[in-house]
Amino acid sequence: MSNFMQYLVSGLSTGSIYALVALGLALIYRSTRILNFAHGDITTAGTFFAFMLIGLELPFAVTFALALLFGAGLAMAFYFCVLIPAQRRDANQLSQIILTLGLGLILQGLVAYFGGTEPQSFPFPLSDITTYTFGTVIISQLSLGTIGVGLLVCVLLYLLVQKTRLGLAMRGTSENLPAAQTMGIPTRQILALSWGLAAMLGVLAGIFLAPTFLLDPFFMLEPFLKGFAAAILGGLNSLPGAIVGGVVIGVSESLAGGYISVAFKNTLAFLIIILVLLVRPEGLLGKEFIERV
Amino acid sequence: MDLIESYKEELQLIRKPWTRLWVGAFMVCLLLLPWIAPEHITYIVTIIFIYSIGVQGQNLLIGYTGQISFGQAGFLAIGAFTFGHLSQWGIPWPLGILAAGLAAGIFGVLVGFPSLRLKGPYLAIVTMGFGIAVYQIFVNSEMLSGGRMGLMINKLSPPFDMPDVTFNYYFNFLIALGFTLLSYNIISSYMGRAFIAIRDNDIAAEVIGVNLTRYKLLSFAVSSFYTGVQGGLFGLLVGYLEPNMFTFMESITLFVAVIIGGLASIEGSIMGAAFVILVPQLFSEFKEMVPVVFGVTILLVLIFEPLGLNGRWIKIRLYFRNWPFR
Repeated sequence: MSNFMQYLVSGLSTGSIYALVALGLALIYRSTRILNFAHGDITTAGTFFAFMLIGLELPFAVTFALALLFGAGLAMAFYFCVLIPAQRRDANQLSQIILTLGLGLILQGLVAYFGGTEPQSFPFPLSDITTYTFGTVIISQLSLGTIGVGLLVCVLLYLLVQKTRLGLAMRGTSENLPAAQTMGIPTRQILALSWGLAAMLGVLAGIFLAPTFLLDPFFMLEPFLKGFAAAILGGLNSLPGAIVGGVVIGVSESLAGGYISVAFKNTLAFLIIILVLLVRPEGLLGKEFIERV
Repeated sequence: MDLIESYKEELQLIRKPWTRLWVGAFMVCLLLLPWIAPEHITYIVTIIFIYSIGVQGQNLLIGYTGQISFGQAGFLAIGAFTFGHLSQWGIPWPLGILAAGLAAGIFGVLVGFPSLRLKGPYLAIVTMGFGIAVYQIFVNSEMLSGGRMGLMINKLSPPFDMPDVTFNYYFNFLIALGFTLLSYNIISSYMGRAFIAIRDNDIAAEVIGVNLTRYKLLSFAVSSFYTGVQGGLFGLLVGYLEPNMFTFMESITLFVAVIIGGLASIEGSIMGAAFVILVPQLFSEFKEMVPVVFGVTILLVLIFEPLGLNGRWIKIRLYFRNWPFR
């Protein structure tokens, strides 16, 4: 039983990382119907930027804020410089998705070129080794921080989307773009903001993930794929779905790693998704698809 | 682009006499290449032939049937390792290659089943999951992957004292040519038309009598057959296999080849295959820059030429055909 609780807690910690990544993806998909394949690479670029700033010995809070802004700037620049010209030329959904794939490849190459492919350790104020004991469960400072940040972000995002005028505009834009435009909502700014916000969530996940892994240009690939899977599992349209999906994948992965085999835990995560999608193609909390010819 | 007056003309592979001439000339150039060009260029072109098979298969799936798939690396790995194990048991290569294709094809049907219910991004994630799962199974199972040293494959010994490179060149040239003709025939048959109908609107296709289940699964089966054959041939050329040849990046490379070459075109697939092989060769001094070049090309192609290299090629031909008029 204590083993089970231990696996559950470590699953929650990885799950909150996946949930952060998945929230970013769902935020973009909801408003623009674009699956952002560059999400992982924007995150990596932001984390590497933070790493560079740490080298300059700035205070950590400043580094943190600058890295988040850098990620957001990158995503917004992509939206304005690439996606809008492409949309003006009547690019369809698939080609917009592939454009993000292109951005991902570019960022991946640039990060490898400037950041180096050698794995580096990422200094972080919360320690991976200091642990607290609650009853029978041992939890490191870092996992506790990760879970805390995950919860905090979920609450803040909920408040932003549901309780503010900006959130209302975001919801309106994702519900019906032409209608929102007619009502005088500056949809282009709102969409750019969604991209920026999504990238910030990603960079946040990256910064909290980097201390456990070593930092190299590909460190985000696996968490990104898992976050992706989480977003799909929860239903790409739904923000609560992304959180649920992230936690489900994190916990099931950790349980599978503990009880079945560590080697196959990634495979099991994907098997779960395939099974869920076969039963509910729209994801756990997604809206059902209705199609007309 | 052409005015077609009869069904017989529609089925013709090449319609204009001039096109026949330059296609013929191009073929002769390809046949003579190993005698003129240095050895490493011959080798690179051989790899392009092998890749073009898989890219054509993926184009049948992504470009013609419109199903996004990121599981190519999985099919490649299944094909390659099937071939590798069969060749270790002493099974002759034609059977081995066929078995490689069939094994990948069977898994293609399995992966195709979700495609009956899932669409777009949801299908992409399922196929991606398949690709990654196959990779991890091969990495973690020494019995399948042949252990730490990788799986050794006996290369073919060339007849009549031909140099190794030249023999491999002609061998893969003939196979790639066969598959190219096969793809042309597939797309001008009922099957290809059904694929295109499914891409354009699957519900409408079903209404006019295309069996969706059969043709979606068939599309997955055919495309993964091609990809499996590519895996087998690649193993035969290189002579050893290890799971790290089939990472997620390999899926991306094949996908990029399809996009850059041009969706729904066979010539485009070959150009795309040439692109993804030649770019890393040209930039071999800056290895990190290869993804950047891929990425920038994707952005440029999709914004300025959504039909890919093949679209540009058609425009160039049209320009010269109508020259000096515009």
